[in-house]
Amino acid sequence: MSHPYHSWGKALIDFFASLRLTISLFIILSITSIFGTVIPQGDIPHEYLHGISQTKLKIYESLNLFDMYHAWWFIGILVLFTINLFVCSARRIPHVWRYISSPLTVLDESVLSGLNCRLLIPLNGARIQNAKLQELIKKKFGTSIVTEIDSAVHLFSERTVISRLSVYVTHLSIVIIFIGSIIGSLFGYKGYVMITEGGMVSTVQTKSGKTVDLGFSLRCEDFSVNLYPNGSPKEFKSILTVVDKGGAAVRGFTRVPVIVNDPLTYAGLTFYQSSYGKNGNHSFSVSSNDGKSSQIILVPNQEVGRLPDGSLIRVTESTPDVSQYIPGKQGAAAQVEIQPANGGQGRSSVIFANHPDENVRNALQSGGPVIGYNGISGEKEYTGLQVTKDPGVWVVWIGCILLILGIYGAFLMSHRRIWIRITDVDITVAGHASKNQAAFTKTFEELADAVRKQISEEA
Amino acid sequence: MTSSLLFNITTFAYLVSMLCFFVHLASRNEHIGTAGSYTAFGGLLVQTVAILLRWKESYDLGMGHAPLSNLYESVVFFSWTIVLVFAFVDFKFRYRVIGAFVIPFALLGMAWGQLGLDSGIQPLVPALQSNWLIYHVITCFLGYAAFAVACGISIMYLLVTRTGLEEEKTRKGFLSMFPPSSILDEINYRAIMVGFPLLTLGIVTGAIWANYAWGTYWSWDPKETWSLIVWFVYAAFLHARFTRGWVGRRAAWLSITGFAATIFCYLGVNLLLSGLHSYGGN
Repeated sequence: MSHPYHSWGKALIDFFASLRLTISLFIILSITSIFGTVIPQGDIPHEYLHGISQTKLKIYESLNLFDMYHAWWFIGILVLFTINLFVCSARRIPHVWRYISSPLTVLDESVLSGLNCRLLIPLNGARIQNAKLQELIKKKFGTSIVTEIDSAVHLFSERTVISRLSVYVTHLSIVIIFIGSIIGSLFGYKGYVMITEGGMVSTVQTKSGKTVDLGFSLRCEDFSVNLYPNGSPKEFKSILTVVDKGGAAVRGFTRVPVIVNDPLTYAGLTFYQSSYGKNGNHSFSVSSNDGKSSQIILVPNQEVGRLPDGSLIRVTESTPDVSQYIPGKQGAAAQVEIQPANGGQGRSSVIFANHPDENVRNALQSGGPVIGYNGISGEKEYTGLQVTKDPGVWVVWIGCILLILGIYGAFLMSHRRIWIRITDVDITVAGHASKNQAAFTKTFEELADAVRKQISEEA
Repeated sequence: MTSSLLFNITTFAYLVSMLCFFVHLASRNEHIGTAGSYTAFGGLLVQTVAILLRWKESYDLGMGHAPLSNLYESVVFFSWTIVLVFAFVDFKFRYRVIGAFVIPFALLGMAWGQLGLDSGIQPLVPALQSNWLIYHVITCFLGYAAFAVACGISIMYLLVTRTGLEEEKTRKGFLSMFPPSSILDEINYRAIMVGFPLLTLGIVTGAIWANYAWGTYWSWDPKETWSLIVWFVYAAFLHARFTRGWVGRRAAWLSITGFAATIFCYLGVNLLLSGLHSYGGN
């Protein structure tokens, strides 16, 4: 204890290398991960925020629970986890490396005492050739290393010593996956583009709100939905063409069909079929409260518009002929959601083009202005594509391959060793397996029997 | 002959098998235990034919897809994998009584599927039209099945070691049929040792597929997160084997917790939470 600094440092390393920390972190990670599956993440619905108490909301926000997998404390646990697996691996690797590079080829008493599978066969004057024994070992354990010490001959053979490394390959693979995901979040982005049929885009809106220039343009030639006979969707298909800066279609990327599960990749960017819909503007006539004047407002399909009193309006569904949904009514109609400007309760209602009386009744019920529907104009189908640039994805895949190989090696491969020591008076057979003792014991007994048989033949 | 009839026969076979195992436990009659195992293997064979037949039937209906596409088909496949893993354990360790704690899971799955779920063959939605579906589902469910077997074994372990006294003295009645606790502990570990790599493969194939279909290999969707939670629990179990104080009953509880998380990952997420896998629900 003359170097308190050293012992303090050692204690710290012991802590970071400990298996107890690993198990604790696994349990902490599994419990905390549950929060993000029951608390909505990302875009939180208004109803949810209104439904919880202010205290709860404050706690959730301060702990970043609405985006918890990116919260400082969750990342902190992952960092601690990474340090843990790094330190414990770094500490054990030199030992394991010695195990691999300089195997214990001599069966001395200290080695022998640590082995469960061992057998002493007296020779009773019989002589046996080493070559014959090596032959026996070779079948199951490969070529053996022969060492002669103090008039005893030691044969040593081993199989899949590499499996000793698999734990560290597994640990390393997790770090590689983390590195890949960090590369992706630093140098890549995710975004979304909407292209109307016949239309073209050259920029993409990223999730973080930035507009990125693609460096080329993408044209949507056609979008179609195929249905099964029962009416459920069979295929969503966009026909896309890549157009270079000079305005020419790029060879090999002309009229490429893109469907779900079959994206288009060009210049490091991948475009995935993700949604579709119709563009256009819904037109509403909003009467003033005295009913004397009326004002036309346009609400883009799928987007939010604003009524004269400041309320927000969004069309959730529209139809040119309402009779199939509401018998007895005809003409165009739109189902809308209105969120009052004063923050009150939102409401949903159906607004008709041909039934002004219904629209008046609606207004009386809700206390809002009388709104009439004039239909949709400039309607066009569009395709919605998810856009991803992720230069780290290959690193992640390399990590995944190593993870699977590492786990396979760690659990399903066994390092098996066999020794035979031959002296003038007896033969000692010993063996060890890092896993699956029962199966190894059987193999060992078979080998021991073969050795016995060999001796009796020689005798 | 339709797949539906064969699935009914399968369910009945698993019921008979389970009853045989219960009688075996109570009567300690070896022959009835053997009958339980062979009935289960017979059921497995019939179920295999039924799954293949259903696959063919989907082609006859013009939809042509592997029978792994909705809740009914997945629960049937889950039962199949549980009995398959049980068959391996039975051949390898030859403790018939294990069936009494594993076959009920398979029967529960089949009975729920046959009685409570819509068994119609549905066309495949665009999101599922990929060969990754097969790799992903098969690896995940084989892993789940290994965890189901481990859970059954852990329940046995807890029963055997319940009193905390020396086993031989307390083993009365049906407990006398149980394998020694050290063997149960070993099978539990071995089952998880097989299940864990399969779960890992399942998560990785899911990530590859998600990246190919949606452009994101990991999006912290509830299903993904829960599969990771399951992975964490079993990773804790496997690491716990190397520390004192975390073996025996604690390890058995960890294994049962892991299977509870697995079931929540499989069913709870679909039925209670929302996300990308919600089409798997009903």
